[in-house]
Amino acid sequence: MSNSTIEEHQNFLSEHFGITTTPGQFTVALAGNPNVGKSTVFNALTGLHQHTGNWPGKTVDNAQGSFTYLDRSFLMIDLPGTYSILAHTVEEQVARDFICFGKPDATLVVLDATCLERNLNLALQVMEITPKIIVCVNLIDEAEKKNIKIDISALQKDLGVPVVATAARNGKGLGTLRQKLYEMSTGLCTPAPRQINYSSEVENAIQQLLPKVSRLIGSNLNPRWVALRLLDGDQAFINSISQYLDFDLHPTRLQEVAV
Amino acid sequence: MSAAIKPMITLEEICTEAEKIRLSNPNLGDTIVSDIYQNAEMIAGPAVSKNSTDSRSWDYKLDDVLTSRLFGYPIMFALLSVIFWITIAGANVPSQMIADTLFAFQDQLLIWFELAGAPTWLTGIVVLGMFRGLAWVIAVMLPPMAIFFPLFTLLEDLGYLPRVAFNLDNMFKKCRACGKQILTMCMGFGCNAAGVVSCRIIDSPRERLIAVLTNNFVPCNGRFPTLIAIATIFMGGMVVSELQTAVASLVVTSLVVLGIFVTFAVSWALSHTLLKGEASSMVLELPPYRKPQLGAIFYRSLIDRTIFVLKRAIIMAAPAGAITWMLANIYIGEISIIGYLAAWLQPFAYAIGLDGFILLAFILGLPANEIVMPILLMCYLSAGQMMEFGTLEELRDILINNNWTWLTAVCTMLFCLLHWPCTTALLSAYKETGSKKWTFLTFLIPTVIAFIVCFIVAQSARLLNLV
Repeated sequence: MSNSTIEEHQNFLSEHFGITTTPGQFTVALAGNPNVGKSTVFNALTGLHQHTGNWPGKTVDNAQGSFTYLDRSFLMIDLPGTYSILAHTVEEQVARDFICFGKPDATLVVLDATCLERNLNLALQVMEITPKIIVCVNLIDEAEKKNIKIDISALQKDLGVPVVATAARNGKGLGTLRQKLYEMSTGLCTPAPRQINYSSEVENAIQQLLPKVSRLIGSNLNPRWVALRLLDGDQAFINSISQYLDFDLHPTRLQEVAV
Repeated sequence: MSAAIKPMITLEEICTEAEKIRLSNPNLGDTIVSDIYQNAEMIAGPAVSKNSTDSRSWDYKLDDVLTSRLFGYPIMFALLSVIFWITIAGANVPSQMIADTLFAFQDQLLIWFELAGAPTWLTGIVVLGMFRGLAWVIAVMLPPMAIFFPLFTLLEDLGYLPRVAFNLDNMFKKCRACGKQILTMCMGFGCNAAGVVSCRIIDSPRERLIAVLTNNFVPCNGRFPTLIAIATIFMGGMVVSELQTAVASLVVTSLVVLGIFVTFAVSWALSHTLLKGEASSMVLELPPYRKPQLGAIFYRSLIDRTIFVLKRAIIMAAPAGAITWMLANIYIGEISIIGYLAAWLQPFAYAIGLDGFILLAFILGLPANEIVMPILLMCYLSAGQMMEFGTLEELRDILINNNWTWLTAVCTMLFCLLHWPCTTALLSAYKETGSKKWTFLTFLIPTVIAFIVCFIVAQSARLLNLV
């Protein structure tokens, strides 16, 4: 990114998300279901360097914390705990808008090892938006107690993104987590996230819409994912996309899109 | 950005096209979500291995039964019936004891007032109006509440309620409403005003409005005792004594089920008329079954609910008792004021299976549903001859002496279940919706439905000569 676009992005973050970054600082979004130890991970990584506020215009808590790793500074944004980011609630909308439009340098999704399958839904949804995702399988100690074994390397291979097992309460796995965050943010790691296989009915619908969506949004967002949201009739998303990308729904004020 | 400018394309255009595709594929949204889940399942399957001695496996099995298509609804119905059965069976004896004690004390009070040389009107207002009203509220309402609320809280604490929400979610979806509505209805069982406020958890404004407008169809604390009392003393009283409790609890359970059915019907009607739209989906977590904390249950159900409701009933019942006594004992010519009002309401009330006094009690009970029954009894008692109190059977005699039939009992219960919300609930609806129009509809819809249902029941019963 050139200096001017970095500045633009900084202004955008502070205006829409109330987030102030220092030059050269990476942003990391922290997502996860409620009660998976997301806050424990957040506290363990950032320590006392935190401050909390509200998302602009929303009554949803916004906690930010920073840490340094290998001389690079990271600003971690603790998103509200949600089961999905299909934007049925304000919390989900906040989480999704930040991952989608805030363009964090990495998104850390914390999963509960004791109910991985349910938690994976959120990870898959995030992977549709951004490839820069690191999956943190937390509460691995709890899972062991319950005789649940998770094949982390198989999971990593299947998902196509880094997967780290942690027990954040005991500090286990946090070193690896920092390292992966560093690699992801600096571009040392090139993830190839697995895309969701949709049934033919959905896939057909996506293909019908895809050419136009690609033309509209260019390379800003994953066009498949945008098409899916539009097909879902997600009004909150339509409002967000028109707001963030400065499109206008009003027909008399059409915007031309340079491709 | 390059300078090549393609023909314009707008978000609106694409949205219109998406809308078209969606309309030809009504289940698209659901399919997308279920595809995501399937993918998660496919990925998690090979990566996760579980030992079969998993301690959680029993609750999965239990969930399979409690939320199964086959057993889900019957189990729900059975549990509800059992709770009402325990409530009704258990409440009889303490009700009787409280009634005996309080009415014995009333006689004592009367003697004291006489000794003190108090004028008749003062004795009337204080003893026969206020004290008797209070005594009835406590005797009829306290024992059922003290049994029902801990049991209901127990179900809540065990984690059964989210399973109920799961069972009913599909029905709500068919009515194009939000599955979370059931949680607001559960709050409504406690208090409709609280239920209305809890509708905030529903994110879609359309679905939230539906939940607000229909919350009144689950009977609240204030109405449960009325329903239980009438069911016990009247419906139960019609069969042999061994079956009384069973019949009474079945009647109350059916009424609750009817209320839920009406909720569905009205939700469906609203989402096809005034509040058109599609249902949104939600993720509902079935929390693990927990060992209930008995101390917390008793505290929450007895202090938070029972005492709260009783306090409200007493605060409302004492002045209402005094006013009702005055209305009943101030005569204009030959007839008391209450007689005039009741007579004026009579033709209308008769058409819907009630009588003038019952309708008047419901109208006077607008501030709080808790006082409908006490007002009604006071109307009957002060207008008619003095009755000796003591047993619940005598309460039944009072009603029969005032020409109650099974039809009157049924219509009164139906009206109680379906009629307008109390002022507190209406006030909450106004605060939540911020609109006079929707608040008025919150009042109007139940009222109209109550009148229509009671009218149909009463008229058909009379046409078929069932009464």
